[in-house]
Amino acid sequence: MKNLFTASIWLQPLQRLTKSKLTTIALVIVLAYTLIALLAHWGVVAGDWNTEVGESYETPSRQHWLGTDIFGRSVAAKIIKSTEMAMSIGFVVSLITIVFGVVLGALGGYFGGIVDELVSWICSTLASIPNIMLLIAFTFILGKGILAVYIALGMTNWVDVCRLIRGEVIRHKDREYVQAATAIGASNLSKLYKHILPNVLHIVIIQVSAIFQIAIKSEVILSYLGLGVQNSPSWGVMINDAKVELLSGVWWQITFATLAMFLIVLAFNILSDALRDALDPKLRGK
Amino acid sequence: MGIYHYTIRRLLYTIPILMGVCMLIFLIFNVVAGDPTPLLLGKHATAKQMAALRHELGLDKPWFTQYLDILKSGFTFDFGRSWASKQKIIAMLQSGAWVSLTLVIPAFIVTGLLSIGMALLAAFYRGKFIDKTMILITVMLMSISALTYILFGQWLLAYKLGWFEIAGYDPHFPEVLSYIVLPSIILVILSIGSDMRFYRTVILDEMHQDYVRTARAKGLTEWIVLSKHVLKNAMIPIATNLIIQIPSWLLGTILVESFFGIPGLGGILLHAINNSDFPVIKAMTVLSAVFYIVLNVATDILYTWLDPRIKLS
Repeated sequence: MKNLFTASIWLQPLQRLTKSKLTTIALVIVLAYTLIALLAHWGVVAGDWNTEVGESYETPSRQHWLGTDIFGRSVAAKIIKSTEMAMSIGFVVSLITIVFGVVLGALGGYFGGIVDELVSWICSTLASIPNIMLLIAFTFILGKGILAVYIALGMTNWVDVCRLIRGEVIRHKDREYVQAATAIGASNLSKLYKHILPNVLHIVIIQVSAIFQIAIKSEVILSYLGLGVQNSPSWGVMINDAKVELLSGVWWQITFATLAMFLIVLAFNILSDALRDALDPKLRGK
Repeated sequence: MGIYHYTIRRLLYTIPILMGVCMLIFLIFNVVAGDPTPLLLGKHATAKQMAALRHELGLDKPWFTQYLDILKSGFTFDFGRSWASKQKIIAMLQSGAWVSLTLVIPAFIVTGLLSIGMALLAAFYRGKFIDKTMILITVMLMSISALTYILFGQWLLAYKLGWFEIAGYDPHFPEVLSYIVLPSIILVILSIGSDMRFYRTVILDEMHQDYVRTARAKGLTEWIVLSKHVLKNAMIPIATNLIIQIPSWLLGTILVESFFGIPGLGGILLHAINNSDFPVIKAMTVLSAVFYIVLNVATDILYTWLDPRIKLS
């Protein structure tokens, strides 16, 4: 009985999600990209992205479907290898965002008082600085490289999650089910993590799909500013290379990198809209 | 609580936030970033030269004084001089701001009008084909990288077709257009999607209010209900969104300005990043935060005057 119940909480939204064709396609795209990223990570595909396969700047042909880059490397292999980079950035940034946002938001919302003041103060302080300045400042002190990108993007994105979670926890903390938990002697921690958090988790899921695509898009900007990923292909680096390539007619790197990024960002955008409709009962039927 | 109490309290509350912003800037640039003197003087500097420079830059002061200097600069706007060009930073930023404004103001107005208009249209046809198509198109617009818009726009419209200048800037009136029209169009495309979607949600939220049912019951047409009654009430979140975005608009031009060679705030910021010109980055961070806080307080206070329903708490 218990299994059936918990299953239906998550199955119902999933069924509602897959009812729409567009959302199903988006879901398939996300799964496909994840699979490609994992295969690239294990070296099953595109392990040879760094080897020369032809002349410099060959146009797309039957032999090299997406053409070659300045060093004669296959653009197709680079795009596949970049998928790993993009998905890892999306994943790690979402993880950082959620850990910071949920823990601080829940603590502030639940305990109130001085804890809440402190959390709100940190949030307001970070929100007062435009994101681009924060990104620049963080990457400056962290140096260049993938770790800096993870942390900088994570640190600039958690405030929204924190504010949303805090608001939801405040709405929930005086409800009957929490009072009932108090009556049977539940501790603060167990009330917060066992009772309240599962009820606000849908916000986290909606936010993850939004932050995932923000992170992938921000990587391009960081690459342009010279603060991005080093020594590994990424869509941002490939698009950025086009600032000299386009004028000499090399259109394939930017076009295919943009296309690869467009599909996954679009899929996450559609998915986050659909998730909001499926998981947030307040919006249902609007 | 009266409105004056509220205003004063709201103003007082900005002090800890400003202190927090300055603390963060201090930690990043004065503590973690480390000693910039080797970077500025090169490898062959003597210890004496380095000490002299540290003194000149105020880095030998106790940490508390350094922090207070940043905090003070938030009020006096005295940020010292740039390490790279030795110019007064505030003068640099002032001249850059004027250039950025010629680019940002038209783009800001066009984006505001277009996105509100499109949001009304989508709300009018909510759930229908037009609404769904508009949402899909805006989502697609949002899914393309800013860099791609700039590079392709510049390549196709300026380089291939020659409709606009590829790069550069001329402050005189008719000439300025050929430099700023294309960057402005790109700025509009970059922000119209998310704005339109946000306004659409705000407008749809209002549609469930009782006054909307009353207006409909009076026999008003749907279009009048939307544009006269709903829009007026939706204007508060819409205006907040517009005003709060202003600092990001000014800095958001960083990519556009650097690609089109426009000497505005974005160009100054990029130059500062490339030269590790910390005082300039610091000054721009402090200024944009102060600007944001002031705008935030101003909108909050304005609304309590305008809208009697807002509770003062």
